[in-house]
Amino acid sequence: MNGDKNFKLIILASALVLLTIVFGTFITLFVSSFEVIHQFGIGFIIGESWNPVTQEFGALPFLIGTLITSFLALAISFPIALSIAIFLGELSKVKFFNSIINGAVELLAGIPSIIYGFWGLFVLAPVIRDIEMSLNIPPYGVGILTASIILAIMIIPYAASLSLEVINMMPENLKEAGYALGTTRFEVIKSIILPYSGSGIIAGILLSLGRALGETMAVTMVIGNSNMIPSNIFSPGNTIASLIANEFTEATEDLYLSSLIAMGLVLFIVTAVVNIFGKFVIRRFIPNIK
Amino acid sequence: MKINNLKKRKIKDNVFTAVVIITTLISTLPLTLILYYLIKMGVSSISWEFFVNLPSPPGVTGGGISNAIVGTLILIGFSMLFSIPLGVALGVYLSESKKSKFTGLVRISVEILQATPSIVVGIIVYLWVVITMGSFSAFSGAVALAIMMFPLIAKSTEETLKMVPNSIKEASFALGVPYYKTVLKVILPTGMSGVINGILLAVARVAGETAPLLFTAFGNPFMNMDISKPINSLPLLIFNYAGSPYKEWHQLAWGASLILVIMVLLFNITAKGIARKWKIKY
Repeated sequence: MNGDKNFKLIILASALVLLTIVFGTFITLFVSSFEVIHQFGIGFIIGESWNPVTQEFGALPFLIGTLITSFLALAISFPIALSIAIFLGELSKVKFFNSIINGAVELLAGIPSIIYGFWGLFVLAPVIRDIEMSLNIPPYGVGILTASIILAIMIIPYAASLSLEVINMMPENLKEAGYALGTTRFEVIKSIILPYSGSGIIAGILLSLGRALGETMAVTMVIGNSNMIPSNIFSPGNTIASLIANEFTEATEDLYLSSLIAMGLVLFIVTAVVNIFGKFVIRRFIPNIK
Repeated sequence: MKINNLKKRKIKDNVFTAVVIITTLISTLPLTLILYYLIKMGVSSISWEFFVNLPSPPGVTGGGISNAIVGTLILIGFSMLFSIPLGVALGVYLSESKKSKFTGLVRISVEILQATPSIVVGIIVYLWVVITMGSFSAFSGAVALAIMMFPLIAKSTEETLKMVPNSIKEASFALGVPYYKTVLKVILPTGMSGVINGILLAVARVAGETAPLLFTAFGNPFMNMDISKPINSLPLLIFNYAGSPYKEWHQLAWGASLILVIMVLLFNITAKGIARKWKIKY
């Protein structure tokens, strides 16, 4: 029938639009960063200095900045997220507390990243500055640590809800067998639940990492935007995403623009790989993950 | 295991429980602090003028954010115009098509697009739309937001449509209704609440996005309703004013933050309400 044919063509067209966007993004980013690959080769990745005036473009400070902030944020948020998951999944049977914690987590997830950045800049950064003063280090306030804390707060809801879903998928009878042997709740969690859902939780961490790597606005506002390799966790730095946000509109020369686009390409590929792998693993625990 | 070990194990259990509860309570602290500051700093700057006036120059108190509110609404409106038809169509495609290499590729692409950092979406729309059109524009900003909403709407639509029972579909086929009419008049209306819920959540998600607008919508200190020109939005205004050295502008940014959070919350709550009220039950 004609109607059916047209209808199928229309929904197929939407799939083709999607493929065009995704592959088009990859190809466009790749072609646009060709100039910088041609000019610097591998030196682009390992170059330590980024100076648009002298046309020197090395990505290392930003790769390091991105990795440090992301992993530090994971280290801060992971124990907290796991606690929330265990609290909601195993400990609390009181509906009232559960709905409060649940509501708080959902609210936290709904707040836009620009608000986190703004809050971080005006509330958290002064606190960090005071701490730095008392430690006798240069009191920037903004820097790697501040960015990591904000990033940690932002990924807690995501990491917590993934861990909770994984823990909830655990078969009841394994837990009950544990309790029947007279083990305490701590032992059940430590020796039965965590080993069983371990790889699912790790996949959840991976997915959270994917979020942290690409987070732009909140980090941009509190990381200090210094294009040097950070010397310690208090020093200001820069991430790939915040570098692009800050310098993209200033980039007038082709090579400068090309370098920034190459950074975007790196970010695009890394987040895609991290996400596909994480989803692949976690799907064994949560088949219909969003 | 000795008997007196039991005491040790019980203590360990209690310590663990206490640690988990305390950590969970600590996790609510950031939210409380963020909301506290938003309300404390934001409420004082909100007045009638705040909604109808343009931002004042530095040094002048008062002033409003009318251009950013209008800009946000225009951006969201146009991005919905692009993303809803595409997203719903793709959702139908995903839920109706059989497993094949091609649909596998489409599925992975949905994941990739969903995971793409918003700043990368900004770059790509800059290269595709802004350079082609020759200037920053509200249109390019709406395209960037639409690209972010596209996979979200597609996925929520797919999930909803999968919940529509097969028997309904078969009943429609048995009556001789053609396939496309079955989808448009039976399956989609049955899952409508889920589809709308997904759309609202996607809107809530992109309403606060800043990064894709930096090099597309760009921001504009004046009122603008022409989609071929740069336009302001709440997140852009917050970003620009937070980074400025002027107290009055910080005050405007706090007010704008409060409005933005309330707006996002309203979208979320409405989505939840719709999902609860018209849930698919069979």
